[in-house]
Amino acid sequence: MLRASVLRLFSQPIRQTVYLRECLDTSAFPNTLKLYSTQTAVKEQPGTTVSEKEAEETRIGKRRPLENAPFIRELFLGRFAKEMLVYPEMTKEELEHLNQMVQPIEKFFNEGLDSKSIDVNAKIPDEVLQSLKDLGLFGQQIPEEYGGLGLNATEFARLAEITALDGSIAVTLAAHQSIGLKGILIAGTAQQKAKYLPKLATGEHVAAFCLTEPSSGSDAASIQTRATLSEDGKTFLLNGGKIWISNGGIADIFTVFAKTKVTVDGVEKDKVTAFIVEREFGGITSGKPEDKLGIRGSNTCEVHFDNTPVPLENVIGEVGGGFKVAMNILNSGRFSMGSSGAGILKKLIGMTCEHAVSRKQFGSPLAEFGLIQEKFAQMTITTYAMESMAYLTAGVIDLYEKPDVSLEAAIVKVFSSEGCWSCVNECLQILGGLGYMKDYPYERYLRDGRILMIFEGTNEILRLFVALEGMKYAGKELKDAVKIARNPWKNPGVAWKMYKKAVSRQFSSKKRNSENAVSVHQPYNSKLKLHQSLHNTLQYEALLLEGCTEAFQKVVEHLLITHGKEIISAQMDLAKVSNIVIDLYGMTACLSRSNRSYCLGLQNADHEIMLTKAFCKDATKRINTNLKEIYSGPVENNSENYEHIAQAVFKHGGYAASHPLERMW
Amino acid sequence: MSGFRILVGCKRVIDYAVKVRVKPDKTGVVTEGVKHSMNPFDEIAVEEAVRMKEKKLASEIIAVSCGPQQCQETLRTALAMGVDRAIHVITEPKEYESMQPIHVSKILSKIATEEKADLVIVGKQAIDDDCNQTGQMTASLLDWPQATFASKIEKSNGDLSVMREIDGGLETIKVKVPAVLTSDLRLNEPRYATLPNIMKAKKKPLVTKKPSDYGVDITPRQEIVSVEDPPVRQAGQKVESVEELVTKLKEAGLV
Repeated sequence: MLRASVLRLFSQPIRQTVYLRECLDTSAFPNTLKLYSTQTAVKEQPGTTVSEKEAEETRIGKRRPLENAPFIRELFLGRFAKEMLVYPEMTKEELEHLNQMVQPIEKFFNEGLDSKSIDVNAKIPDEVLQSLKDLGLFGQQIPEEYGGLGLNATEFARLAEITALDGSIAVTLAAHQSIGLKGILIAGTAQQKAKYLPKLATGEHVAAFCLTEPSSGSDAASIQTRATLSEDGKTFLLNGGKIWISNGGIADIFTVFAKTKVTVDGVEKDKVTAFIVEREFGGITSGKPEDKLGIRGSNTCEVHFDNTPVPLENVIGEVGGGFKVAMNILNSGRFSMGSSGAGILKKLIGMTCEHAVSRKQFGSPLAEFGLIQEKFAQMTITTYAMESMAYLTAGVIDLYEKPDVSLEAAIVKVFSSEGCWSCVNECLQILGGLGYMKDYPYERYLRDGRILMIFEGTNEILRLFVALEGMKYAGKELKDAVKIARNPWKNPGVAWKMYKKAVSRQFSSKKRNSENAVSVHQPYNSKLKLHQSLHNTLQYEALLLEGCTEAFQKVVEHLLITHGKEIISAQMDLAKVSNIVIDLYGMTACLSRSNRSYCLGLQNADHEIMLTKAFCKDATKRINTNLKEIYSGPVENNSENYEHIAQAVFKHGGYAASHPLERMW
Repeated sequence: MSGFRILVGCKRVIDYAVKVRVKPDKTGVVTEGVKHSMNPFDEIAVEEAVRMKEKKLASEIIAVSCGPQQCQETLRTALAMGVDRAIHVITEPKEYESMQPIHVSKILSKIATEEKADLVIVGKQAIDDDCNQTGQMTASLLDWPQATFASKIEKSNGDLSVMREIDGGLETIKVKVPAVLTSDLRLNEPRYATLPNIMKAKKKPLVTKKPSDYGVDITPRQEIVSVEDPPVRQAGQKVESVEELVTKLKEAGLV
């Protein structure tokens, strides 16, 4: 009851816990670390001939196998992969080529586009869509052999910075290629790719991703749409309705998720399967475009399937393997939201800056007022961190053979969507009344940007995802330690030590606070030696990051011991864990990037150093607050009160306090 | 006749949207870290050449750019727009600062002869130095007819009929091929280089040459003494009445 009511706060059905529990269940998700180590082992086999090795090397190009386990997951164990402090970079030729591609797109978005009318008319004009297709923007990540541009993650992220300048177009493009056709790209067979990708690459066909249903939002496993296999076993009949489908009205190819009957160990079960469905197959109707708060020009509507015949060969992946396909698609699409957000913010900061230096009040320009300066500083720090995280993540995707960046990408999505919202809001605020007017683009960016916190996994779900996946990873390794700690009677020695520690904590709040807060070592005391990977200028920040990493590992252990398997329902603590790890990733990315800029002597590198120092300071403050809250427990950190208050509201069906003017006598 | 071989000039200039700043030591303008792109008039020249090829009037288009290493980016843009191959005449950045239209004209005319070009199309001027000389001088060096400031180019019986923008109107002239044309603003609207074409352009040939390969000496013969910002406009004054205005004008000795 309690859990259900809290869950409803997020407007998610209870079933989401099933997904979360599946995440925790190791058998459902193979141990990624093991995956990497076996791959490396295979490659190093002495028996492999040179030609085989060469062939392998050409296939993967410059990519190298991920030697260290996934960065964020490892942080949960207090381990820090120092490669992350070497910021990824492109070769000179790659960069020149990329800049070449940036030019025409920038030109098109700055000159050839009327975003205001797209917003007002709630439609992207056909000729604009055609220009976007001609420019090649519909096939960005499709390999060249299928007529696409074959962009890697970094290049894709760079172009997203520009396409983000119009929210409606950005979402149309993302629905098409980040999710719509991604299934075919990452899990499709050679035949499926050859059949569908060329037309999708040119934009002759537009794709859409059909997962959400009226009763199934974040809880993807609970969908009702059904695919029934015909008697001859060659065709599925698809029935059901999907809602809020981006490009639903204009798409020709749909990636559809539906329940199918699968026999596992002799037991018949309902499992999700992914299908490629052509509009041509028949029985598909699209509703009228939804009227939305923002991204109004992007087409969003219902899509219904009425006995739509789908041939067996159009299953993506395996029958019954659709849930994994859906998660892989969503996980792989998120990283570019960071660069999109940064693209928008860089433009708005420039525009707002012009206003701040020219607008005079009380005889001086706004730029001279402290409160305005504070806003600009915070916006710049956030944008810098966002950009750094986005390109670090993209770099990892490009650099390693089989990167697992699902947590990193989720972090980028959460941080950048919220950063975008707050910074656009501040820009609007600096403009004051002007910002509120439709003659200026601020209100449109605010409305457009709002969706970022909702779609592709709500930020609430993603916070839980990051924290739980990390906890699961740490839990496996700490299993024995946690077992001992949770069963003190079997291990009296350990139990006694812990008891002593607990008692001393209880009686000395001062000691408790100092023990649990982030401590900054002297360089010679440092264990991780992060400062050795960074320029001397950043030594203090390196030590801060180390201190935060250590404190984070301690709090993870603390939570595992306190909650055990019940951790999945400790959502308020999990969100705090996520917030800490978001800051850790932000610090890492900023340090890594500014270190590179400073060592290379890039223009304004000293400014970057200052941004990094400021971010690290702010992040450490936030981390300390989160640590304190977690250790102080549900009573002191108020989460118990929050639960009670929420329950009262649900019980009363709304705001429960009496009116302030009410009287009883 | 199988169509013209066209040579187009592509100068790399500071992007038109950039606010140009003078270097503190007044030796020139700040170019480092500043966005550059193809001279807009040259872009029009490239577009016209590509359109002629699309109409089967041209058989091959060769783009040329003189200047530092980064000019190759400009040439890649031209290749992406539809040019077949490119020649980069590389110069040291220092040399480039003092390079004049006469040098470029000499290089262009040598290449035109070597490549057996039928047409040379260049922008009427570059937006950085506004010289408006290269086309004319190239024509002179080659001893070819010229049609400058073109706003429409049509083929008529093996010759070209070119509508030119002149003071007060338009003039249509006929030129015999080979000829040198310079493009004006209204000749066409250049296309965007599409991403798939940029990918393809990577594989198109681009050769690098030196001015000396064409026997052109680009040793500076002039020296830049000083580059300065235009004077800041003085603020105006508001006057209350016509009388006041007249008095002020008289005071200033203007009436």
